[in-house]
Amino acid sequence: MLSVEEKQEIAKMLEACPMPRAGCIEALTVVQRHRGWVSDEGVIDVAALLGMTPAEVDSVATFYNFIFRGPVGRHVVLLCDSISCWVMGYENLLDHLKTKLGVEPGGTSADGRFTLLPNVCLGACDEAPAMMVDDELYGRLTPAKIDEILERYP
Amino acid sequence: MERPLTQHIRPDRSPLSISEYEKTGGYQAARKALKTMDPKSVTDTVINATLRGRGGAGFSTGRKWSFIPKDAPPQRYLVVNADEMEPGTFKDRLLLEGNPHQLIEGMIIAAFAIQADTAYIFLRRAYRLAAARLEKALAEARAAGYLGKNIFGSGRSLEIHVHMSAGRYICGEETALINALEGRRANPRSKPPFPQISGLFGKPTIVNNVETLCNVPHIIGKGVDWFKSLALTEDGGTKLYGASGKVKKPGLWELPLGTSAREILEEHAGGMRDGLKFKGLLPGGASTDFLVEKHLDLPMDFNALGAAGSRLGTGTMIVMDDRTCPVGFVHNLIRFFAQESCGWCTPCREGLPWVEKTLAAIEAGKGKDGDVEILEMHAKALGMGNTYCALAPGAMEPLASALLYFRDDFTRHIKEQGCPWR
Ligand SMILES: Cc1cc2nc3c(=O)[nH]c(=O)nc-3n(C[C@H](O)[C@H](O)[C@H](O)COP(=O)(O)O)c2cc1C
Ligand code: SF4
Ligand code: FES
Repeated sequence: MLSVEEKQEIAKMLEACPMPRAGCIEALTVVQRHRGWVSDEGVIDVAALLGMTPAEVDSVATFYNFIFRGPVGRHVVLLCDSISCWVMGYENLLDHLKTKLGVEPGGTSADGRFTLLPNVCLGACDEAPAMMVDDELYGRLTPAKIDEILERYP
Repeated sequence: MERPLTQHIRPDRSPLSISEYEKTGGYQAARKALKTMDPKSVTDTVINATLRGRGGAGFSTGRKWSFIPKDAPPQRYLVVNADEMEPGTFKDRLLLEGNPHQLIEGMIIAAFAIQADTAYIFLRRAYRLAAARLEKALAEARAAGYLGKNIFGSGRSLEIHVHMSAGRYICGEETALINALEGRRANPRSKPPFPQISGLFGKPTIVNNVETLCNVPHIIGKGVDWFKSLALTEDGGTKLYGASGKVKKPGLWELPLGTSAREILEEHAGGMRDGLKFKGLLPGGASTDFLVEKHLDLPMDFNALGAAGSRLGTGTMIVMDDRTCPVGFVHNLIRFFAQESCGWCTPCREGLPWVEKTLAAIEAGKGKDGDVEILEMHAKALGMGNTYCALAPGAMEPLASALLYFRDDFTRHIKEQGCPWR
């Protein structure tokens, strides 16, 4: 069941949409903001609210990279794996993160703190290699700098 | 040298408030357009200024606006393409973060020219700082009466909404972007009808890049001759050029359109890092063809790079040095395109993973005789005209040009059964 808050936020988003189904991506985003990810139940609830079938909503939810259909950790680490960061050696950083967090890409550390997701170009190629943690962008990374950054996220 | 787009952007990119922006002459061009000009004369001015789209394809901006039929119904949309997911491209971010009011002013003028009263900014999700700054600037503009109803007492209205993308490279393609804005999967649409006839919610729609629209207030404010005089080449204006890779000073610079690749690489980016030599560059993002040493004195503009078999694209170059493996380089690019393919049409959905696997095998020392020919075959089969949209042809540009200029590197991998650089 969608909470009252979720319903209110979705209703607000729908104001900018000439038809309810146009707000599908926004509605999924609202659910994700409240619960961290979008479960099957979330898909069914959004569908009912927008007058769509669950299959339609799921086809949208699974298309986009930033709608998570599985649980994630408290913080999401997005490491850029595109060309400028590749040239600047992101592969070493990926190895470092995998070892440090004890996960493969897509996985969540055992303490539930971090989910590691490789991501396409973050638009910070002049500061490559780059990553984002939640909303914050970090460039010119080294393994030591990554260690220090992760400390800031309890 | 004048730098209209970036002259007021501070080194730390902290954005101008509305009053700071107005002190620099901001919103005067919008006032002039809405109070003293009509939509057609605004459009004609932009056509005569020879502004070409900065999103990659380089189409005449004013002419695109003029394709909305004169008798089209009043409901029309302006959409700003701020997706910027092309690897190696980071120019619109500067304009969005550093001076959001400049974009809003460009949108007010463009919306007036096409007579739209609703506009959307389609923003990629990684640009959260830009989103926050845009929302603040939009609130300031609304409070000042520059958005909403009866702007500058002209009788015109405009609402601007920000749509945060849920992330997928194909969303940058204009018809896919329209589907995303309608809450659908972002598959491209077949053309015709073109969006100017039937776009968002079936209404006439113009999609423009951020940098394109940021030029508009300056053209209206200072005129056609001034704008044309900024460039070193037949198309008007300045361009945000950038460089990434192992150059001494990666970054972004606003320079006259038509500045040579050599000047950008050697003067502005400081040349290659010590001990490294220049091997090649992609002039404008991941989906452009390599340029090599013999091309460096060409002007970085639409026509000259087209004639050299490449494209200006987004104008932000990715530089490859002589210690970076060209096979690995292209493999990284193709992996991106294969992952981001929307899967709608068979050549792209099936072809890109095949190319990706072939490149992975060559890189890992498992290449076979004939692999280069297989790659060449795909470069043609996935080329322009064989797929639903330009994603797959774009992916083939770096591959085909790498096979042309760095062929020895591919054959050496296969012969030596390994990567000489690892
Ligand atoms: C796969 C693909 C991705 C694209 N991504 C972008 C983008 O992120 N930003 C952009 O402005 N144009 C992008 N384009 C180009 C747009 O389709 C369109 O040409 C452009 O937004 C038009 O604006 P302009 O005329 O101002 O350049 C992309 C095109 C393709 C085929
Ligand atoms: S070329 Fe690729 S991205 Fe474009 S429509 Fe076909 S499958 Fe989709
Ligand atoms: S390639 Fe990594 S930020 Fe652009």
